Amino acid sequence: MDNAKKIVVEPVFDNNPIALQVLGICSALAVTSNMNTAVIMCLALTVVTALSNFFISLIRNHIPSNIRIIAQMTIIASLVIVVDQVLKAYAYDVSKQLSVFVGLIITNCIVMGRAEAFAMKNPPVPSLLDGIGNGLGYSVILLFVGFFRELFGAGTLFGVEILPLAKDGGWYVANGMMLLPPSAFFIIGLFIWAVRVWKPAQVEKPDYQIHAVHRTEVV
Amino acid sequence: MAFKDLPNDSIAKTIIVAVVLCLVCSIFVSASAVFLKPQQEKNKLLDKQKNIVQVAGIDLAGRTVPEAFKQIEARVVDLQTGEFADQVDAQTYDHRKATKDPEQSSELDPKEDIASIKRRERYATIYLTRDSNGNIEKLILPVRGYGLWSTLWGFMALEGDGNTVIGLSFFEHAETPGLGGEVDNPAWKAQWAGKKVYGDDGDVELTLVKGGVDGSTPNAEHKVDALSGATLTSNGVSHLVKFWMGEQGFGPFLRNLHKG
Repeated sequence: MDNAKKIVVEPVFDNNPIALQVLGICSALAVTSNMNTAVIMCLALTVVTALSNFFISLIRNHIPSNIRIIAQMTIIASLVIVVDQVLKAYAYDVSKQLSVFVGLIITNCIVMGRAEAFAMKNPPVPSLLDGIGNGLGYSVILLFVGFFRELFGAGTLFGVEILPLAKDGGWYVANGMMLLPPSAFFIIGLFIWAVRVWKPAQVEKPDYQIHAVHRTEVV
Repeated sequence: MAFKDLPNDSIAKTIIVAVVLCLVCSIFVSASAVFLKPQQEKNKLLDKQKNIVQVAGIDLAGRTVPEAFKQIEARVVDLQTGEFADQVDAQTYDHRKATKDPEQSSELDPKEDIASIKRRERYATIYLTRDSNGNIEKLILPVRGYGLWSTLWGFMALEGDGNTVIGLSFFEHAETPGLGGEVDNPAWKAQWAGKKVYGDDGDVELTLVKGGVDGSTPNAEHKVDALSGATLTSNGVSHLVKFWMGEQGFGPFLRNLHKG
């Protein structure tokens, strides 16, 4: 049981797919300009990662190793199409805003990475949990980024006004840059910084170091 | 040899696994597409109706969108002659598809194609409401044109006189959020109400201008404030208004309507 908990909780902060492994950045930039789309995207990605891990793990002993990547892709792609269809049917407005990014979950490195790194080697239930855990890790970052972008970019959260905007007679002048993708880079960068101050073990060793050379004096 | 005895990497097993996997996945995908289709179609229709009701400024007054939409009549207009084309059934005519279909649309001369839409369809679906005497009260005309990144698809609602604007609204575009994306801003859209499309000589005068519009601006009735930081989107909107209200668009139709 402890092991199951560890599989779910670890990817949230200790081994976060975005903050530590720096995977899945593209969608994190694109769908976080407001909380609604961020939440739906998190759900979609968590469902896809969890189920693809589960199904791939079920048949892991029968996947010939030379077609394993394409076999994984087939399962992931099918799940993504189903999720996209469900969103179009039951959350039409959000799916319109997410447009192509739901389809792009297929190419999200997190899904593929977990399938290859975990589901191919572990039984179905731990794989399912691992998928949920990594989905949560992705969600933490997306919601964090979405929170700041929507609050400071539009003065709202989930579309509800929090900071009255100057153009509507309030006091807050919206920061338009927050609505553009580059701001997500800055926020993710700050998040990674904060996590690494909190957990110094995640700090990578520098690739090279300049050594102080004790110069011997030439006479 | 039984299936389970085959080594994983044998050619036979590879092919069997690939085929079975593809079959199972395709059944799964097609089943979800088929079962969810009715709900998706309903959403699409509802979304379109919502846009039309909103742009026409129809007060829902507690009704649902489909109920409010019942008072709106769909008709098909022949853009070449500017007459109603009643031989085309407005309920089944797919306007969106016709904009790309080479048989139902014709290529535009680059000089005339100010909205950068490349092809113009022969028939357009328009929507109208009538007052209690049966006179046309509001006209809702489909418009489209290229902005900065994308084609803006929308509706322009006019009063029955075919000149006074009720509203302009886009239901599909991919302009920059916060800049060109402000075409969706209700405060900006509200400026369109009451503007006049045509000048005294019948030319399209309505356009976006920089620097704001107030009562003291000359010809304020033909001018709408452009979007700040979005010159190309603003130009796109000006161009699509000029195109769709002009000779290649609904100009002839609106003239005919006025005459008779």
